[in-house]
Amino acid sequence: MTDTTEALRLEYIANFEYSYAIGKHATFFMEALRDEAKLHGIQCPSCRDVLVPPRPVCGRCGVETDGWVEVGPTGTLTGYTVVEIPFTDPMTGVKRPVPYGFAFVKLTGASTNLYHFLSESEHDKLSVGMEVEAVFKDEREGALSDIIHFRPVAS
Amino acid sequence: MRNVAIVATGQTKHAARRLDVSIPEMVREAVDDCLDSKGLSFGQIDAVVVGNMELFEGINQPELWMVAALGAVGKPVYKMNTGGTVGASAAICAEHLVRSGLHDVVLAVGYEKQSEGETQTAITTVGDPAWERSVMAGAIGNFAVMASTYVDRSGVTPEQAAKVAVKARTNACLNPYAHLQIPDITIEQVVNSRVLAEPLRLLDMCPQSDGACAVVVASEEKAKRMTPHPAWIVATSTAHDQQFMGDSPARIADHRSLQAASQKAYAKAGITNPSEQLDVVEVYEPATYAELAMCENLGLCPPGEGGTLIDEGVTEMDGPLPVNPSGGVLATNPVGATALIRVAEAALQTMGEAQGGHQIPGVNWALATGYGGNAWTDIVIMTRETP
Repeated sequence: MTDTTEALRLEYIANFEYSYAIGKHATFFMEALRDEAKLHGIQCPSCRDVLVPPRPVCGRCGVETDGWVEVGPTGTLTGYTVVEIPFTDPMTGVKRPVPYGFAFVKLTGASTNLYHFLSESEHDKLSVGMEVEAVFKDEREGALSDIIHFRPVAS
Repeated sequence: MRNVAIVATGQTKHAARRLDVSIPEMVREAVDDCLDSKGLSFGQIDAVVVGNMELFEGINQPELWMVAALGAVGKPVYKMNTGGTVGASAAICAEHLVRSGLHDVVLAVGYEKQSEGETQTAITTVGDPAWERSVMAGAIGNFAVMASTYVDRSGVTPEQAAKVAVKARTNACLNPYAHLQIPDITIEQVVNSRVLAEPLRLLDMCPQSDGACAVVVASEEKAKRMTPHPAWIVATSTAHDQQFMGDSPARIADHRSLQAASQKAYAKAGITNPSEQLDVVEVYEPATYAELAMCENLGLCPPGEGGTLIDEGVTEMDGPLPVNPSGGVLATNPVGATALIRVAEAALQTMGEAQGGHQIPGVNWALATGYGGNAWTDIVIMTRETP
């Protein structure tokens, strides 16, 4: 076969709509977030870790979790970046504006870390161990986006 | 159980965009390169294992329409779908199939055409829609956050990370298959390249590549007839961590799935001092900082000394323990093939067949890793001496 420099291309866009059951544990968390602007983890009866996001089983111990614990709304940064490259958000199909802060937050009282956005997008103003707090939307719908972002706590 | 070896490997010449071929045509190039390297034919292959990142190209069950390209008509095709590790998982699956006696000769294939889809968005769908998916920032945002934890823990500097970038793209110049070959790359170029997500700059990150890789795995009886020095697989292992990204507190600095998988593999292979006993390592490093952290977590240096390891030149091509003489993932990253390329390159080193000047002399022990976003890891260890 002859060597061609470029094959013809077929361009297409595929739109699929999904409906995802977030589960009993996430529903408890999201309803308390929506109705009371409160955050919760769930405790492992064996290792006593408070797990955020909440889930039915502690992966490390293999036992069922039991017992809601209120956590946050403050926390500490355990890892962070400022994203400078735009990419398409898979939840919306829309490109996210850059730059924006993106981090692991260990909520006060939690043993694990939550991924979320930061209000601060200047890298030099962020550091591991920094104290932050959740900023909630006024009109909440029961989704993680009810937290707009985490902002540094004024010291 | 019986001995199993890799007897042949093949790759495409990896590139940012393979505009000239379809996916099956590209896959066939790697399969032909693999079989031709040892004069093998499809008639000698009992089964095929294949994998990629399906959402990258948006093609469901791609094995169905590349079955002819794989030479698999009338044979069992095993499909792997383990994300970043998928190529290594394909090799491990092939090894299990041969070790168990179910098949004697198995072809493992991995491929990706990153140029054909929106891969940063596709990869974000690994996250639970209720939690991480709604805030995740593609692979690069994740790597940047984990790099920040590693920098905080180890004090690794941008210049030390840049040395990894320079090593990779320089080594790649000696690998005829490699994608990103930059002969005169400097530390200054790396630390001044465009910021993607602090601390990661453009040259700290792996590229997006189009490419494919294939290996033939055979039983001892068959292997000895196919090549004079097969790469004997002495250990394979896989370990998963918990499901949410934030469950591993320090992420790459404390890479629990890599620790667990490597410890299991070292125990199987009888390795007690990896930095002394291994002759070459092909690690799946998505970013410069990750290679240093992975060396620590593999036990190639004490914890916190990844920066010293690169400063002292230990992992350079001519150092005592070369890491990624192929140029690694920082040079070549067709994701579904990437982990299989680690296995294939380790096998080439073990067989003494790496071309273009990147063969390390006297390799007996080689280790390859497959990386699954920190949450899971594959390890393959091989030797030149028959076990």
